[in-house]
Amino acid sequence: MDLYVPILVLAVLAGGFAIFSVAIAPFTGPKRWNRAKLDAYECGIEPTPQPVGGGRFPLKYMVTAMLFIVFDIEIIFLYPWAVSFAPELNDAGQAIAPGLGLFALVEMLLFIVTVLAAYAYVWRRKGLDWD
Amino acid sequence: MNSIPAPTIEYGTLAPLLVVFGAAIIGVLVEAFAPRYLRKAIHVPLTLLSLAGAFALVLVQVLRGQVSTTASAVGALAVDGPSLFIWGVILVLSFVCVLLINDEGHFVASAAAVPGSADEEEAESAGGGHTEVYPLVLFAVGGMLLFPASHDLLMMFVALEVMSLPLYLLCGLARRRRLLSQEASMKYFLLGAFSSAFFLYGTAMIYGYAGTVSLPGINQALARGAALDPLLMIGLAMLGVGLMFKIGAAPFQAWKPDVYQGAPTPITALMASGTLVAAVGAVLRVFWVGLGNLDWNWRPVIWGVAALTMIVGSILAITQTDIKRMLAYSSIAHAGFLLVGVMATFGTAEQNASSLKAILFYLAVYGITTVGAFAVVTLVRDPGGEAGHLSRWAGLGKRAPMLAGVFAFFLLAFAGIPLTSGFFGKYAVFAAALDSGTQPGDSMGGWMAALVVVGVVASAIAAFFYVRVIVLMFFSEPSADGPAIAVPSMGTVTVIAVSLLVTVGVGLYPESVLGVADDAARSLFIR
Repeated sequence: MDLYVPILVLAVLAGGFAIFSVAIAPFTGPKRWNRAKLDAYECGIEPTPQPVGGGRFPLKYMVTAMLFIVFDIEIIFLYPWAVSFAPELNDAGQAIAPGLGLFALVEMLLFIVTVLAAYAYVWRRKGLDWD
Repeated sequence: MNSIPAPTIEYGTLAPLLVVFGAAIIGVLVEAFAPRYLRKAIHVPLTLLSLAGAFALVLVQVLRGQVSTTASAVGALAVDGPSLFIWGVILVLSFVCVLLINDEGHFVASAAAVPGSADEEEAESAGGGHTEVYPLVLFAVGGMLLFPASHDLLMMFVALEVMSLPLYLLCGLARRRRLLSQEASMKYFLLGAFSSAFFLYGTAMIYGYAGTVSLPGINQALARGAALDPLLMIGLAMLGVGLMFKIGAAPFQAWKPDVYQGAPTPITALMASGTLVAAVGAVLRVFWVGLGNLDWNWRPVIWGVAALTMIVGSILAITQTDIKRMLAYSSIAHAGFLLVGVMATFGTAEQNASSLKAILFYLAVYGITTVGAFAVVTLVRDPGGEAGHLSRWAGLGKRAPMLAGVFAFFLLAFAGIPLTSGFFGKYAVFAAALDSGTQPGDSMGGWMAALVVVGVVASAIAAFFYVRVIVLMFFSEPSADGPAIAVPSMGTVTVIAVSLLVTVGVGLYPESVLGVADDAARSLFIR
């Protein structure tokens, strides 16, 4: 149980610091309100316009983020594939385990083609145009 | 470092899946590159041909006797007899649903436009609906094929999502009553995401217990491990919640009426038939292959769920005033009848095969009757869309005797009146349940008989509201401003004719489908 005491102390310290910082800020911090400060925060740029009374609003951040995630996962998937692709060699340069070879190349190409199909759809439907 | 061996993939066995998913991806490319006016002309043959082609590939495997007896794709999928039967059923059902989807006027021109806004009017006048419907349907159907054939829980989760995500979208694309449709989409998405989370968490818990997500692996772990492990119990409960949600069993049925009512009717038909078939197949596989050694734990729970589902579905259907909501509650009651069959998969291989046969038969005949009933619903129209309210159906028998007669026949099949396919479906499932109660060593013995009694009472209650609609159609005067009967397109006529033929044909010669179901069930699930 003793092993957990430092973790507990750290958790109490971290939690205490968080609560302290938030609680003290209204009393000590300067208050200089201006238009930019009252706006919704959106990565420090002009916020996306919102239609009054409901309606369509642009989804450009969402589309960009989704595309990023898709290709991010694709790259992550490529790493173990690339590592296992070639035969494994020992120090003397002899193969000690076969690589994935042609099978894996074709499968990976198929995977990339399917992802590209979705990409082509986004591109043709003007999902990549910012305005 | 361990090297990863190149896996062997049984392309021949998996060909039906590959065809459906391949066509879906081509569909996405068509959306991307074909001009707007050509898209539908490309999508319709592509979708229908791929579904028919996949069906032909299923047939080839069955007729050549090449039903595999081992798991495919490194243990991720099991394309066994029951899988192939379910695939065949889903492909036929989705084929006829696509014929319904082809009809003009079911889908909105611009889903993103605010209902009633100038944007919407502009899109509407430009004509045409979202043609993305076709690839989305193909992806959903692909997911439905994967779901009951999954041999491990992770694959099953992926299949669940591939099946559900396109359906969430499709629900929101109804052309009329946009707000209702958007509400349906939203509710389905939120509740569906919630149930997926339950499924995934349950998978994680069971992995914690068994050290594997493979279904036979879990069953082996159950055979040698301590059975009352809290991890296992929590995992089992959560997995059960996720699966019961998908088939719409009580107390997880709340989404069904709202979603069925709001979704475009062809999509409702696809969900009420294809999704139910796929989900019941998955339930069977999880409980039989994965948790078979734990049956004295889950069977009492499923007993309660089945009884509650039949009662809730039948009783709440009586209070409904909307035809699609009524059919949704009827679908809930039928999910309950199917769960009675799931209860009966117990004991000897003989007993398992006979109850499996009953369920497969039930799924096939119920699915096709459902599509037919919803096809009729699409034809009875008010100026604002389909005439949903039951009062609008009054006197339909005098204005459109053919249509009302066909609908009455479908309702009788749902009620399980003799000489319809529904009668043999219910009879087979209840008989299997009674048989399993007499098996030596079945701790549920008398309880099975009690469940069948509940089932028969629920069927009687359900028969009341089906017959009430028939009485309403034939024995009350039509109102002067009654709904218009749309002139059915070739597709809709085909759908209704096929459904009617199967419902009558199987009602007269149940051996035709029972024989196929028997062959499929005999090979049992790969364990």
